[in-house]
Amino acid sequence: MKNWPLFEIFIRSKSGLNHKHVGSLHAADAQMAIENARDVYTRRQEGISIWVVESKYISASDPVDSDPFFEPALDKIYRHPTFYDLPDEVKHM
Amino acid sequence: MLRIDLEGHFQEKIDREERIEAKDWMPEAYRKTLIRQISQHAHSEIVGMLPEGNWISRAPSLKRKAILLAKIQDEAGHGLYLYSACETLGIDRDELLNELHTGKAKYSSIFNYPALTWADMGAIGWLVDGAAIMNQIPLCRTSYGPYSRAMIRICKEESFHQRQGYEIMLTLSRGSTVQKNMAQDALNRWWWPSIMMFGPNDSDSTHSAQSIKWKIKRFSNDELRQRFIDMTVPQAELIGLKIPDPDLKWNEERKSYDFGKINWDEFWNVVKGNGPCNKQRLRDRVKAHEDGAWVRDAAVAYAEKKRSGRVN
Ligand SMILES: [Fe+2]
Ligand SMILES: [Fe+2]
Repeated sequence: MKNWPLFEIFIRSKSGLNHKHVGSLHAADAQMAIENARDVYTRRQEGISIWVVESKYISASDPVDSDPFFEPALDKIYRHPTFYDLPDEVKHM
Repeated sequence: MLRIDLEGHFQEKIDREERIEAKDWMPEAYRKTLIRQISQHAHSEIVGMLPEGNWISRAPSLKRKAILLAKIQDEAGHGLYLYSACETLGIDRDELLNELHTGKAKYSSIFNYPALTWADMGAIGWLVDGAAIMNQIPLCRTSYGPYSRAMIRICKEESFHQRQGYEIMLTLSRGSTVQKNMAQDALNRWWWPSIMMFGPNDSDSTHSAQSIKWKIKRFSNDELRQRFIDMTVPQAELIGLKIPDPDLKWNEERKSYDFGKINWDEFWNVVKGNGPCNKQRLRDRVKAHEDGAWVRDAAVAYAEKKRSGRVN
């Protein structure tokens, strides 16, 4: 499989939902990746749409830095609705 | 000092039931253990296609043929999910296949037994897939993320494999005397190899303790084997077949079946390559790979041609 690049496969399980990463496979090109993804990942009607992207084009955050990288969100609890104390009389807000 | 911290941190994460992902730091031994286990597992899925593939053209009806084809196609998919999971650990597909084809990597020994009659398709689905499911369900919670996700997908697909096998046995056991005998004969031949699928006794299992600490494995070989036997014996009784073990007896105190001694010499002999079909399986596997070379090459040539705009 030396010359067959690796593709990451994303499937939309039904309309209205996001495409979701399901796994990867090797294929000669994108068209073949889509056809093979259909054969392995949607044999039981698990999808209505397939995206494929060559794995080498995915950039990812570094897990080693994940603590400092996501830290800025940690102390901003005022971004959540539960931060605010309102009287019980206010039912739906 | 740093190394110790990394390992401590890693173990804590596992103890908290957090999954390890491909790019996370992991001990080299964890990576190696996983590559060995996942690739063995992947190889088993695709070598496992061979004994059943042998019966596609001889299935007794169109319905059985379609079912068998669908099952075997599932096994190919399982191989793919597992090879992909294994590749996330930094080894590539060619290397994995090369290890299988040169005999360096192992696959489940059960597939080194021949499938002699149609009843074997029943026994394999019922017992071999049944034992595999028993092993695989706890692996859905294994600590390595990509492996666990592959196992969840596999377990979903496996459930029909065992049921179709048991249904074949059920149908044969309700048939003529010849058919019933055929089912019993298949059970006689597949029973012991199936319970050997769980691997050596815990006392002789080399990798178990560390794998359990790393939560790669969740239950020991003997625990899973006992569960499988307890589940399967009543299923055999239900269709009037007899488990070929004179020592098999319900133990009221343990609420489990006691069973006879497993022939571990046979097990190790097959693992070492001397089972009835080891050579044939490997030869067929290598031949399929070599015969497919021109297809792989042609696909690459066509993709290149398309990229360079010479076809559309
Ligand atoms: Fe499978
Ligand atoms: Fe299966």
